[in-house]
Amino acid sequence: MTNDSLTRDALPNRELIEERLVVWYFLAAIGYLFVSMLGGFLMAFQLIRHNPFNGIELLSPGRWRMIHTNAIAYGFLANAFLGNLHWIVPRLTLRSVMSRKLSYFIFAAWQIVVLATAGGLLLGEAQGLEWGETPVWIDPLAQVGLLLVAVNFMTPILKTKGPMYVTLWYFLAAFIWTFLTYAMGNFVPEYFVAGTSAGAVGGLFIHDLVGLFVTPLGWGSMYFFVPILLRKPIWSHGMSMVGFWGLAFFYPLQGIHHFLYTPIPMFLQYGAIVSTIAVEMVVLTVIVNFFGTLKGSSRALATNLPIRWFFTGMIFYAITCAQCALQTTLTFQALIHFTDWVVGHAHLVMFGVFGQWLLGVMTYLFPRLLKSDWASPKLCEWHYWLSAVGLFVMALDLTLAGLFQGWSWAALQPWDASIEVSQPFWIVRIWAGISMFSGQIVFCVNLWKTWQQSPLNKAVMSSAVVPA
Amino acid sequence: MLESKAGVMLLAGLAFFTLAFVSNAVVPLLMYQDQREQTAEQLVNGNLRYQFEDLARRYPDSFEKAYGKPPEEVVEREKWFNQKTADTLRLGRKLYVGEACWHCHSQFVRPVSNEEQRWRPVSRSIEYQNELQRPVMFGTRRVGPDLSREGGRRSNDWQAVHLFKPTSLSEGSPMPEYPWFFDGSPDKPNARGLAILTYIQWLGSWLESYPYYEQYTPAPLPVEDPSSESQ
Repeated sequence: MTNDSLTRDALPNRELIEERLVVWYFLAAIGYLFVSMLGGFLMAFQLIRHNPFNGIELLSPGRWRMIHTNAIAYGFLANAFLGNLHWIVPRLTLRSVMSRKLSYFIFAAWQIVVLATAGGLLLGEAQGLEWGETPVWIDPLAQVGLLLVAVNFMTPILKTKGPMYVTLWYFLAAFIWTFLTYAMGNFVPEYFVAGTSAGAVGGLFIHDLVGLFVTPLGWGSMYFFVPILLRKPIWSHGMSMVGFWGLAFFYPLQGIHHFLYTPIPMFLQYGAIVSTIAVEMVVLTVIVNFFGTLKGSSRALATNLPIRWFFTGMIFYAITCAQCALQTTLTFQALIHFTDWVVGHAHLVMFGVFGQWLLGVMTYLFPRLLKSDWASPKLCEWHYWLSAVGLFVMALDLTLAGLFQGWSWAALQPWDASIEVSQPFWIVRIWAGISMFSGQIVFCVNLWKTWQQSPLNKAVMSSAVVPA
Repeated sequence: MLESKAGVMLLAGLAFFTLAFVSNAVVPLLMYQDQREQTAEQLVNGNLRYQFEDLARRYPDSFEKAYGKPPEEVVEREKWFNQKTADTLRLGRKLYVGEACWHCHSQFVRPVSNEEQRWRPVSRSIEYQNELQRPVMFGTRRVGPDLSREGGRRSNDWQAVHLFKPTSLSEGSPMPEYPWFFDGSPDKPNARGLAILTYIQWLGSWLESYPYYEQYTPAPLPVEDPSSESQ
C-alpha cells in the first residue's frame, strides 16, 4: 500500500460527519460477519456429517442456516452500508444528516432488529420466506427503522441544488425501494396471498432485496470511491446514467426467474427471463465504464489495496452476471435449479462482490477514522488474498458441485448418489470457508493493532469511543 | 414534482417498482383468483385422518399427553379428530418453517429433469392454494429429496425413527437429528413430534394416486379400536 491511498484529506466538512458512528457501524458489521460465517460452518460440517453439535436444539444447523443468510443481509451488509452512507452522503451534499440524535437512535434500533431476528430464528419462530424469515413481531420495527434511515439521509440529499452525482441517484433510489421491498416481502406472502402467487411475490422480494437494496448502495459507493482513489473522474457520466436507469427499469421485473418451471404462468416466466438477459447488457455498460476509468491507472491494482478490492469485486460481478444470463434460461434451470450451483452463485454475489467492496471500503476508511495508518500493510494483503482466493475456490467448487448434483438427479440415480458425489465438493468448500474466515481474523487482529496505535485510543481511553 | 431531478426520480422509481409489482405479483394473483384458498380444516382428508389416527394407536401415551382423550360418542369423536388434525397440521407447518426443513427439501415437482419419474405428478397450482402455503413452500435447495409426494410413502414409525436419527435408516444421510421432537426415544414423540409427523404425512395426501410407487402396507398393530378397520 502506498502513501498515496493513505493521504489524509483535510476536508472542510469533516465536522459534518459523525465519524464515531461510522466506526460503530463497521464494527457491528464485522461482528455479524463472524456470526454469519460461524453459522455457515455449522451447516457445512453437518453436510459432511461431522457436526459436533448434532442434536442440540439451539445449535440446529437448519436454524443457523437462516441466521447465516439474515446476518449477512441485515447484519453485515446493512450495517456496513449505513456506516458507508454516513461517510459519503455528507461529503457529496456538504450537509450533515437530518439529525445526529436520530442517527444514533437508528443505530441502536437496527442492532435490536438484527439481534431480535437472530433470537427469533434460534427459537424457531421463523417465517417461511428466504430473507423474510424475520419473525412477525420485528417486522414493524424494521419497517420504521428503514423509514427513518430514508428520512435521515434524504433530507440533505434533497436540499442540494444543481446537478446530482450518480452516487446520490443510486442512494435515493435505494432508500425508497428498500422500504417498499421490505414491506412487500414481509407482509404480502405471509398474510395476503397464498400458494403460487405467494411464490411470485416471494421471488420478487428476494430478487428486489439484492437488486434494489444491496446493488444500488454498492454501485453508488463504487461511483464515489473509485474516482476519488484514482484521482480522476468517472470515464463516462452518460454511461453511468444508462446503468442507473437500466437497473431501475429491468431489475425489478425479474422476480419470477427464481421460480421457473413452477405453476406460475409460462408467459410471466418468459417475461422474467427476457428482462434478466436485458439487464445483463446494462450491467456490461457499468463494468465497461469502471474499467474505462481504470485505464491508464492499472498500476493502482498492485499498489492501492482498496482499488484492488473494488475491481476484484467488479470482476466477480461480471462473472456473476454472465452466470445469471445463462442460468435464467429454461435450459440451464432444468439442470441447476435446487443444486449447489445456486449456492455458489449466492456466495459469489454477496461475499465476492458486495463483501469485497465493503471490506475494501473499510480498508480505505479505518485509517482515516482512527487517524492512524494500518499497523501492518502485510496483514492487509493477507486479508485480501485469503478472502478473495477462498471465495473464488468456494464459488467454483459449488458451481461444479451443482452440475454433478443436477446430472445425478436427472439420471434417476438413487438419491444417496447425489449426496455421495457432493462430498468431495463439500469438503473443499469447508477449506475455502476456513480461508475466508481466517482472512477476517487477520483483519480483526490488524484492526486491533491499529487501534492500539491510534491517537484516538490514547486521547479518549477513558471515555471509550470505540468498544473494541 | 417534475421540476427537480429528485422529483422525476422519485416518480420513475415508484413507477418502475409498481410496474414490477403488477406484472410479477398482481397478474398471477388475479389469474388464480378463482382458486379459493383452503383452510387447514378443509385440508383434512381420509388419508391424513388415517395417518393421524395411526399416530393415536401407535403412540397412545404420547398422543394422550399431547391432545387428551377423544370423546366416546361417534359424531363428537369425528369432529374432535378432524379439529385436532387441522390444529396439528398448522403446528406442523410452523415447525417445518421454523426448523428450516424447506431450506433443504423442496415441495415442487418440476416437469423436467425426469422428476415426474422420481416423484410422480408434476405440481399444479391448485395444490398450493391453502393456508399452509402462505408463504409457499416451493423450497430453494434440494439437499434431501422433494417432499411434496412424501405422505403415505413411509409409515409413521419410519418417519419418527428417521427424524430422531436419520443415519439409522438412511446411511450417509447429512440430515441433522431432531431429538427435541421426542421425549428421549423415537417411540415417544412429543406434541411437536406428532405435529411434524402429521405435516409430513399430509404432503401429497390429497392426490388420487396416493401413495405412489412404494407399496405401502400399514405396519401391524394390536387392533382394539373400531375406527381402524378402514384401508
